[in-house]
Amino acid sequence: MSADYVLMKGNEAIAEAALRAGCRFYAGYPITPQSEILEYMSVNMEKRGGTFIQGENEIASMSMLFGASAAGARVMSSSSGPGFDLKQEEISYLTSNNLPAVLVNSMRYGTGDGEITPGQDSYWVSTRGGGHGDKRLIVLAPASVNECAELTYLAFDLAEKYRNVVEILTDGAISQMIEKCTLPPAKEHDIDKFDWTLTGKPLGVKKNKMNNLTNIIGHPAYSEMMLNKFKTMFSEEQRWESVMTDDAELILVAYGISSRVCKTAVREARAAGIKLGLIRPITVWPFPRKAFENLPESVKGFVTVEMSISSQMGEDIMMAARNSKPLYGCLTNVNIPKAKEIVDFCLDVLAGKVEPMEVI
Amino acid sequence: MADIIFAGFGGQGILTAGKILIDVAAQHGKNICWTSSYGAAMRGGTASCSIIISDEEIGSPYPEKLDILLAMNEPSYHKFIGDVKEGGYAIVNGSLMGGDVEYPADVNVYSVDATDIANSLGNGRAANLVMLGAMMKATGLMDVDTFGTSLNDYFEKKGRNTPANLECYKLGIEKAVKK
Repeated sequence: MSADYVLMKGNEAIAEAALRAGCRFYAGYPITPQSEILEYMSVNMEKRGGTFIQGENEIASMSMLFGASAAGARVMSSSSGPGFDLKQEEISYLTSNNLPAVLVNSMRYGTGDGEITPGQDSYWVSTRGGGHGDKRLIVLAPASVNECAELTYLAFDLAEKYRNVVEILTDGAISQMIEKCTLPPAKEHDIDKFDWTLTGKPLGVKKNKMNNLTNIIGHPAYSEMMLNKFKTMFSEEQRWESVMTDDAELILVAYGISSRVCKTAVREARAAGIKLGLIRPITVWPFPRKAFENLPESVKGFVTVEMSISSQMGEDIMMAARNSKPLYGCLTNVNIPKAKEIVDFCLDVLAGKVEPMEVI
Repeated sequence: MADIIFAGFGGQGILTAGKILIDVAAQHGKNICWTSSYGAAMRGGTASCSIIISDEEIGSPYPEKLDILLAMNEPSYHKFIGDVKEGGYAIVNGSLMGGDVEYPADVNVYSVDATDIANSLGNGRAANLVMLGAMMKATGLMDVDTFGTSLNDYFEKKGRNTPANLECYKLGIEKAVKK
């Protein structure tokens, strides 16, 4: 950590990094545990010459986002739980027009209203969601306040590079904790630098149109372009951190707040002579399958640690590991996992007392 | 280096006391992590924050065993005292503790009448600073004078300092007694 740090909440780091990445349009609607993003934008966006709008609801906010993105601006919105559900339709529309946007989903636990406390059960809506039709979002999962800033800054570049929606998938714990954070340098984005944006209607100038791309280039060309984009994102954008996997007997797999607790669990287990390792996906889409290649013979299985009822990440782990080793689920649903619980669970697995997961 | 919980009821400055501590610790080159939890009712509801101060990369932000508990009322004391490590520290607000509480033998318990002291200086909101003074004296977590200067700077930077803030902190150092 550089000496030049600030102390910030994860949400504030996300908002400040977005502004420094040149985001000049934010529209959204408050919901715990991400409201500090909206608050921060309401105070600071205008100072940077941008536009902040608290929309009348999520759907309207997303439509405004579509318009600003079509005009070439770097745009962001953020939400959680039921609020994020409401964004799904517009994600599909953004995709159909090949428009970039950055969205933040700060997970709260539960179905329906659920709780306002942290959770990790919006993995499916984030990695499989995005409304109707074929689409893939790059989904970045920070595990520290510093990473909130770093990955948000990156998200805008990735969104622009692929002309795609990029999601920051955080949780109530990472969003609300305060840590040291080194902020990236501020840069300006040139709204006029693209050849595909809407620019108004001066006479005699050829104007771009925004429409479903299938209407403009036809289905075969659209399908080929999208499939190539998905493939490129999948192969180029996998990110992860491996911790002590070289000689591990069991490998924990966790992201976000659970991965933080898993790091402590690995440390405590190692001190007691138990060989745990950790794979921490930083991108959950594309899931870091490369992290599961060439693992040592010593690995007896994987343990997914998630705050959910079902193992939402389990299928991804099984595919990444090509079903070669059993998968065990340390699923803590509404509760934040504890390091000791994880170590005890792993001891039970090694003693053969835990059945591998069958239904995932 | 230290796993800490500050707890009390909403309005006592629990979260602020925690923010002062991490601010100073960070300035002294430590890694810090601060998380809070609070009830739905803010003022008068329960409030607590967990703080980890470390020279290493911080894993879980939620301490499972505590080096230090700072409890600003009796319910908070009872809620967390069982989590304090053997040989750890508990700093309690004597103004709001019943006389019949039996303190554990394997924890260093220090008491200071934080609410009364702050009120006597006409700075009732600064009971949290009295507690910080008692905590620095009891635990030696940081040099008491260095922390006092940094605490004063913290409020100066916010532009709403009063000399009574540092006074409260100093009285916490002076009046804390080991139980």
